[in-house]
Amino acid sequence: MLAWVGGVTMITETDTTDRSGAEALYRYELNGAYDEMFSAVDHPRKQYRPRRTSLSSIKALRSPFMGTTRARSESFLTICSPGSSRPPNGKRLSAASPAQPAPESGAGRVAAQQTAQRITALNLFLKDVYHEGKIIEDGVVPGSIVYTCKHYRREMRNVKVPRDVYITVVGTDLIRNPEGNFVVLEDNLRVPSGVSYMLTSRRVMKQIFPSLFQKCGVRPIEQYSQALLSTLRSFAPEGRPEPTVVLLTPGSYNSAYFEHTYLARQMGIELVEGRDLVVHDNIVYMRTTFGLQRVDVIYRRIDDDYLDPLVFGTGSTLGAVGLFNAYRAGNVGLANALGTGVADDKAIYAFVPKIIRYYLDQDPILENVETLLMSDRGQRDHVCQKLEEYVVKAVGESGGYGMLIGPHSSEQQRSEFRQKIYAEPRNYIAQPTINLSTAPCLVDGIIEPRHVDLRPYILYGEEITIVPGGLTRVALRKGSLVVNSSQGGGSKDTWVLQN
Amino acid sequence: MLSRVADCLYWMSRYFERADNASRVLKATYGLILNPAKFSTEERWFHAVSSLAPGVASNKVDPQHALFLLVADMEGSFSVVKCIKAARENARQVREEISSEMWEHLNRLFHDVTGIDLEPNDDAEAMRVVTLVREGSYRFNGIAAATMNHDEAWHFIQLGKYIERACNLCVMLDAYFDIGKHPDDLDWVGLLSSCAAFEAYCKACTAELRSERIANFLLLKAEFPYSVRYSVDRMYEALTGISDLSLSRRTDNVERLMGRLRSKVTYARIDEIIGGLHQYLAAIIDQCSELHAAVHELYIEYPIEVAFQN
Repeated sequence: MLAWVGGVTMITETDTTDRSGAEALYRYELNGAYDEMFSAVDHPRKQYRPRRTSLSSIKALRSPFMGTTRARSESFLTICSPGSSRPPNGKRLSAASPAQPAPESGAGRVAAQQTAQRITALNLFLKDVYHEGKIIEDGVVPGSIVYTCKHYRREMRNVKVPRDVYITVVGTDLIRNPEGNFVVLEDNLRVPSGVSYMLTSRRVMKQIFPSLFQKCGVRPIEQYSQALLSTLRSFAPEGRPEPTVVLLTPGSYNSAYFEHTYLARQMGIELVEGRDLVVHDNIVYMRTTFGLQRVDVIYRRIDDDYLDPLVFGTGSTLGAVGLFNAYRAGNVGLANALGTGVADDKAIYAFVPKIIRYYLDQDPILENVETLLMSDRGQRDHVCQKLEEYVVKAVGESGGYGMLIGPHSSEQQRSEFRQKIYAEPRNYIAQPTINLSTAPCLVDGIIEPRHVDLRPYILYGEEITIVPGGLTRVALRKGSLVVNSSQGGGSKDTWVLQN
Repeated sequence: MLSRVADCLYWMSRYFERADNASRVLKATYGLILNPAKFSTEERWFHAVSSLAPGVASNKVDPQHALFLLVADMEGSFSVVKCIKAARENARQVREEISSEMWEHLNRLFHDVTGIDLEPNDDAEAMRVVTLVREGSYRFNGIAAATMNHDEAWHFIQLGKYIERACNLCVMLDAYFDIGKHPDDLDWVGLLSSCAAFEAYCKACTAELRSERIANFLLLKAEFPYSVRYSVDRMYEALTGISDLSLSRRTDNVERLMGRLRSKVTYARIDEIIGGLHQYLAAIIDQCSELHAAVHELYIEYPIEVAFQN
């Protein structure tokens, strides 16, 4: 039995007076959102009660935390997106506190097959839109939306991908609505990042609170790297029993470079850059000091557009010339496949429940957030009149960019977005503002609620593997709903307990 | 190992050695100019600049600016700070290949050195950088030797370090043995200290400073780490280590060049070469460049047609 549980606390580096933990929690104020730990002031949810008593003193807590912060500054664990300035190390780093969650029941439980259902359907959708396009013919998803998607890759039409699996590594963003139910906020099907945060947070937590792990029966996540490696190996071309797997990184200037090196080291595979690769007769090689060595599977951490300058014509040197042809010829496996972005387009997202029904003939287990398409005239006019109530997002963006949070916006921002929406309706969707759930965080020595979401990592190879854990992302600013690490979000360890 | 990785390790090591060399020379020169002697301050800086920054119009060196130029100049590729930056940048690309102790040490040194705000006339601060690099370099070499596998990556690091050292030594000897100038004892001490060799020389040859003995010691002494002969022997070991690991590669040309260079310093006698020292040193530098090019073509940027023939 699985239970997804959000972790608890983050830390900033300000000095503080000593307060007892109990007092700190007593002052904990709820702000109306669903709180992961408390149902009401001073009423911890049942599963958290045994844990609360472990929180004896903030002072006792702080000393190991300071060590943690240092340890992690040295491991350079920051992921920033292009354009964002890098905040001081210490502020970004976060860790869970001993006020750790225990198993939940009911709404909090997301069993493996529930996320798997969504992934399976989206994968069938990708296969369909790049081959027969039946779902479009049957009028379930309009072709005008699929084919205008900026991440739709015509080059992938009728390309056979190994075992018809397009999305190998998935990071689905889940949030908890005020009723306490998990809903899907976004599907990340291109190159989701952040898994190194998950693994590092766990390592740090174990160092600080070994006894809690013994008491609570936390399910391990350390097998993620092995699971990823064997998933990747399963995409090797036929006749390559001992495939060479590599991780393709844009290089050391990329914001997620730490994660790339971390995963490559954990899996024991080569970390390559585009300039290390050579394609000859549709076979991919890497340049080594021993000569050229054939590459069978590429776990690519660069976007579609940069993979092959010959095909995508971006003039980029991050990829390798001829890579796409080698892929089409079936001589190299790619994870994820090209063109998966069409399925995590935020306008397609609105159709996911229909997509699940269409391919699997099942009701979706995980709910969607209500989504209004700005390409629909009626919905557009409605939203533009009440922009202050909605969150507007550009469909092809990620990392929390290109987005307007209505309730927190100024009149000027709203009028800018209104113009953008009318100029390019297909490029925007709107969702009602959802108050993300909160979790207690240690901020400047006081425990305060901060909004969180949860990103579990799913692997799709010969079978679907879900590592029992995930990345809990935290909006570090009080009241903020933006949890993206590229915009100053923090993270927490997340425990799944054995029932 | 990926060719790019080998290349970064090689250059990390070369740049680090270059910074180390500059710091030795600057420390020795700075110590020298405090003593009045036959050579003027200008001439001494001229020695330093021509040893460290070939290509700079060294005959017009302003002694007031020489130290700043050699420590902090950002234009050329020779200043101490620039070399430390380049070494660290190369290391950053291949952080996973070196030990974390090496990275942490190099990174710290980089931050220490770049954290010092250098002004053109502030000799004390400039010398502080020199001292940091001086000490940091011994430590880095020690950490590397103690914490890394002595495998292929290590051999590329060694190769870079000693090819750089051999060339630097030759350039430096050439500056001091320039025809028409006759350095006095103090300047010979300066040369020996620039090669961290003064104590070692005294032990081996007594404190009697004679030019031929000094040349012999810095060129042909197989047991002294800052001699050309020692450097060439280490290059040979590194290349043998690398080619042993890659049996299938055609290493003939590299082996030929290495053998030629080795015999040039192994079987030479100082009385035979002292007359044409300038040509001799120039030949060693040329052969090092050829060797560098051959190694690059064999292991780093080989044409793919050649790769498919193997």
